[in-house]
Amino acid sequence: MIAEPLDERSERLLRELAPQVLGAVMRRFHDFATAEDAVQEALIAAAVQWPQEGVPDNPRGWLVQVASRRMTDQFRSDLARRRRETEALQSGYLMPVAEIEKETLQDDTLVLLFMCCHPSLTSSSAIALTLRAVGGLTTAEIAKAFLVPEATMAQRISRAKQNIKASDVPFRLPTNQERVERLRSVLHVLYLIFNEGYTSSAGPELQRLELSHEAIRITRLLRAVLPDDEEVMGLLALLLLTDARRAARSGPNGELIPLTKQDRSLWDQAEIAEGVALISKALSRGSIGAYQLQAAIAAVHDESARAEDTDWMQILALYELLKHMSNNPMVTLNHAIAAAMVHGPRKGLELLEGLDSDARVAGHHRLAAVRAHLLEMAGDHGAAIAQYRLAAARTTNIPERNYLITQVARLSESEESRSGDPGRS
Amino acid sequence: MKYILMMNTMKAGSGGFPNWPMKDIQAHIAFMVSLNKDLRESGELVSAEGLSFPDQAKLVRAGKNGEPITDGVFPESKEFLAGYWIIDVDSPERAYAIAARASAAPGVGGEPLNMPIEVRPVMSGPPPEFV
Repeated sequence: MIAEPLDERSERLLRELAPQVLGAVMRRFHDFATAEDAVQEALIAAAVQWPQEGVPDNPRGWLVQVASRRMTDQFRSDLARRRRETEALQSGYLMPVAEIEKETLQDDTLVLLFMCCHPSLTSSSAIALTLRAVGGLTTAEIAKAFLVPEATMAQRISRAKQNIKASDVPFRLPTNQERVERLRSVLHVLYLIFNEGYTSSAGPELQRLELSHEAIRITRLLRAVLPDDEEVMGLLALLLLTDARRAARSGPNGELIPLTKQDRSLWDQAEIAEGVALISKALSRGSIGAYQLQAAIAAVHDESARAEDTDWMQILALYELLKHMSNNPMVTLNHAIAAAMVHGPRKGLELLEGLDSDARVAGHHRLAAVRAHLLEMAGDHGAAIAQYRLAAARTTNIPERNYLITQVARLSESEESRSGDPGRS
Repeated sequence: MKYILMMNTMKAGSGGFPNWPMKDIQAHIAFMVSLNKDLRESGELVSAEGLSFPDQAKLVRAGKNGEPITDGVFPESKEFLAGYWIIDVDSPERAYAIAARASAAPGVGGEPLNMPIEVRPVMSGPPPEFV
């Protein structure tokens, strides 16, 4: 039998319902790992049955019931060994779907996000688990997005769930003391998902799931449950303002096009408008955080009609604030670029010197690439070529390496033409 | 049947691809992008990876206590794997044809490099009756 594919609207509905259904099932059965599998099976059952039988009147109730039935089957199969869970099962299974419907949906999404992004998990595990449990993606889809075999991804997800089980994280919102720290982990995981999609968009992308858009969608969910959190607003604004430049950031052969050389008419004005409105709202509330500052910087770029119109003074001021807030060497790098744009390349190069003794970034290709760029601005082409070459050797991203090698060749050629035809001298 | 196509041409030190003129680098990149695109569209590409330059390479052996002992900086004449393709094709002839196309990638001045591409079958799992 060849199953008809689910239409786009129903698929979107399924993905939206995934965390709500999981939340409902979790509260009944108190077993995250098993509940998560059961919900996956319910989603797959829906994808097979709905195209034939039509979308049920109460799709969420349908999914909760199917998932609960899977839980029952699972528990029945090892009833004797797991008496305690059976008790939980009975109390859950007897509750009619109408009751389940009444429960708050919003808290569930939030609790699930906190759980999937628990600090005891590695970021790769947290990413995979978030995409499955909150994003409603299948293991196969996640594996494809990360270009790894499905078995590898299945194992990663299953180990993450074991870790959560072992750490005994209760299915409830974190306490007030933990909350800020835990929310930070959630925001970080969403940011990583976005970047994974954004930085590898030049690969064999035809079949690729849009990880960046998935990150934006989940961040929107988070914003819906925490509408007053400034950093959530800041992250959503940052993702939108960065995503807005997607179409302009690579050429026909996947080559990288730096911000200053992009065709700005390709930027997505709707995303820019939404991002700018969000970040303006967040900043007006007065509780400034790192994501808001990064979003504000992205907004300054996005609102400049031409690269030469960029308000570098404002960007420099924002990076200075950001530097006070975070001890991230990547912030120092970007701060150096802004300082070079305002005060000249020598100032930027001076600021980079401190990073040579920072083990987190000393051997990183970005340091060499930024230094190369500033040396070129300063007119020291020989040193710039050496740094571009160093950066090309260190990067692990092929489009970026191609870009850096092209810079080496471009500068070498301009050096040769400047020194003139040696035959005539 | 699956084959691996290995491009063993990357020389350590100077003289390699990163030192070509800009237009030749761009032509070479465009050639590789279009080769991969064709293989993907024909459904024959399993995977393709490019590797870092040889100056990032290390040879690692276990020491007495199993700790890693690394060895780096290789003579300039030594050749390294630059990248590989794994393809799933109908015949060995098709694998050779793809290898020949990759071999003729443009080099300096647009001249075909005609580099050696090592083609070897990838071993598969046992047939169903043995599982």
